[in-house]
Amino acid sequence: MAGATCGDAESRELKAESWEPKAESHTTVTDHLLSVRNLTTVFDVGPRPLVAVDDVSFDLARGETLGLVGESGSGKSVTAFSILRLLQSPGRVAGGQVIFNGRDLAALPEREMRQVRGAGIGFVFQEPMAALNPVLRVGTQIAESLIVHGLATRREARTRAVDLLRAVRITDPEARVDDYPHQLSGGMRQRVMLAVALACRPPLVTADEPTTALDVTVQAQILELLRDMQREFNLALLLITHDLGVIAETADRVAVMYAGRLVEQGPVRDILRAPAHPYTQGLLASIPGARAGSRLQAIEGVVPSLTSVPPGCAFAPRCAHRMDVCDTVMPPESWITPDHRVRCHLHPAPTDAPASESRTH
Amino acid sequence: MALVEVDRLVKHFSRGGGLFQPASVVRAVDDVSFAIEAGETFGLVGESGSGKSTTGRAMLRLLEPTSGAVRFQGEDVLQFSRARMRAARREMQMVFQDPYSSLNPRMRAVDIVEEPLVIHRIGTAAARRAKVADLFTLVGLDPAHLARYPHEFSGGQRQRIGLARALALEPKFIIADEPVSALDVSIQAQVINLLMDLQQRLQLTYLFIAHDLRLVRHICTRVAVMYLGKIVEMGETERLFATPQHPYTRALLSAVPVLDPDAPRLRVELDPASFNRDAPLRDVGDRHYAAV
Ligand SMILES: Nc1ncnc2c1ncn2[C@@H]1O[C@H](COP(=O)(O)OP(=O)(O)OP(=O)(O)O)[C@@H](O)[C@H]1O
Ligand SMILES: Nc1ncnc2c1ncn2[C@@H]1O[C@H](COP(=O)(O)OP(=O)(O)O)[C@@H](O)[C@H]1O
Ligand code: SF4
Ligand SMILES: [Mg+2]
Ligand SMILES: [Mg+2]
Repeated sequence: MAGATCGDAESRELKAESWEPKAESHTTVTDHLLSVRNLTTVFDVGPRPLVAVDDVSFDLARGETLGLVGESGSGKSVTAFSILRLLQSPGRVAGGQVIFNGRDLAALPEREMRQVRGAGIGFVFQEPMAALNPVLRVGTQIAESLIVHGLATRREARTRAVDLLRAVRITDPEARVDDYPHQLSGGMRQRVMLAVALACRPPLVTADEPTTALDVTVQAQILELLRDMQREFNLALLLITHDLGVIAETADRVAVMYAGRLVEQGPVRDILRAPAHPYTQGLLASIPGARAGSRLQAIEGVVPSLTSVPPGCAFAPRCAHRMDVCDTVMPPESWITPDHRVRCHLHPAPTDAPASESRTH
Repeated sequence: MALVEVDRLVKHFSRGGGLFQPASVVRAVDDVSFAIEAGETFGLVGESGSGKSTTGRAMLRLLEPTSGAVRFQGEDVLQFSRARMRAARREMQMVFQDPYSSLNPRMRAVDIVEEPLVIHRIGTAAARRAKVADLFTLVGLDPAHLARYPHEFSGGQRQRIGLARALALEPKFIIADEPVSALDVSIQAQVINLLMDLQQRLQLTYLFIAHDLRLVRHICTRVAVMYLGKIVEMGETERLFATPQHPYTRALLSAVPVLDPDAPRLRVELDPASFNRDAPLRDVGDRHYAAV
């Protein structure tokens, strides 16, 4: 298994032939560390492919944190797996590009992609127990990735592993390095995952719900740690979560996902203070905290299943602002400011919309 | 008189114990006392493993407590015979955390909700079916879906089925153990609103077990904070949130993420050496107690 060690993830490999970037898609050289362009991922189940990620585009600069938020099933994890080319059949990327460090990841041979995983993009999965190898000591798992990437000799690797455990604030790292994953608490396992992700000093880490299974107190420690690591290593972070509180504390920018589509993205302050999309507004309003004892503002209805996403706006059946056009026409991307984008008919696309590549910081 | 009184409740589990190893004892609930007034929503919070669920389960004797008393309307349910306890369960029900595993996947929704009525031999078959349809409507489910199986419902709908089942026997007291933590954010609010509406309409009393402190602050009248099997602080919600006394409560409250990116983060780290684990709860005024 050892899916966590950099580069060693054959079991999750995406078959090369299932990666088919659109012929007309344009590669633009930008200063972004990661540019995801029109990413579309489907699952070949049943008569028609299920579209789990639908035309998703976003950018991530060095040292920046992008929070990807959405309900369970909205496509967050599939997006991360698509970027890392770790999708398993019946899942496949059906379109779009992932440009990392100026290179189109789709075009890379699997051997080079293995280098990117870990040395380029570290990753922390939703369930640390599933991602760590249960029969390997945690030190061995960290050492393994260093050795695979030629960053340490077998002799040095143990010392480096201890250093990394210390860096992720594990107390008594000299002793813990010989522990097996089951001997650690949930919070410690998540720290080990982070140590593995950071082992090869990647410029980008993808963290999928790194704190969801943890207590608030442990969650706070892990978030603190992520911020520290970011400062120390100028790390870019793609942070997947469903908790807007976590986003507020960690992210520079937010992308809101609903039924496989990005419905809104922008700087964290803009999104939290003036959300433009009715779904984002509803999410924020439903968080308890207003007047104690008052009714919460719920979003009525349920998330559509991928087999029955409405043809127009996927949020239409639950939206208080729904108009006739919403049922039939998919809202185009529009913008509030050049850096705050939204897909909703309440915000018609301005005719002079800036090209999405020219996002300014 | 309080509707429910938990008095020095203890639940120990013995663990391990092999040929060469003495069994160790996990003091999951370690001398816990609190009282819940009729009509109130009493919150139980604390980190995972602190003993919240065990407290709730022991109160309903889903687990046999090691010692202590649980008085319901003045009578100690721990002394009840099996038959008496079965009757008492009509008044005290539990809603579980995980709407995915807490419902029998092979039973139709109608049978799941009807089952307690059948067990307690209430009404004719026709009367029971009518009652189940009413319960469905009460919790906001479509009676047209009565014959569906659990997997055909969403998480929020399954939690409603669990609630309809708990309400079937018209209980006075409901223990809700993390009733929304497995649900999506946008669905959580629907279920919380439903719980609050039902409390009003049916004069219910809740013990609300949760780890989301924002939610607890929103709906609970009083709160008890558990740490390593003990209540370390207890009081009216607003007072406890405004002036936490125990170091653990302070650490817990400071860990709640704030929605304002510019709010200062004042994280309080818990230093276990800063307090005495065996300190008794002390009255710090205005029905506020802390083990400091
Ligand atoms: N192997 C698969 N076969 C078919 N559909 C799948 C498969 N894996 C994921 N999906 C679907 O893709 C969609 C997105 O899944 P994904 O795991 O990315 O959601 P998520 O937003 O991360 O959810 P969660 O918070 O529950 O992890 C879901 O509707 C899911 O059912
Ligand atoms: N059946 C059991 N056998 C042994 N230990 C148990 C059992 N149930 C719970 N415990 C232990 O009791 C403690 C409290 O558990 P629990 O009440 O489930 O906590 P919480 O609900 O606050 O997460 C934990 O240390 C847990 O491991
Ligand atoms: S496009 Fe229409 S239905 Fe969709 S969020 Fe906007 S107003 Fe609501
Ligand atoms: Mg996920
Ligand atoms: Mg529990």
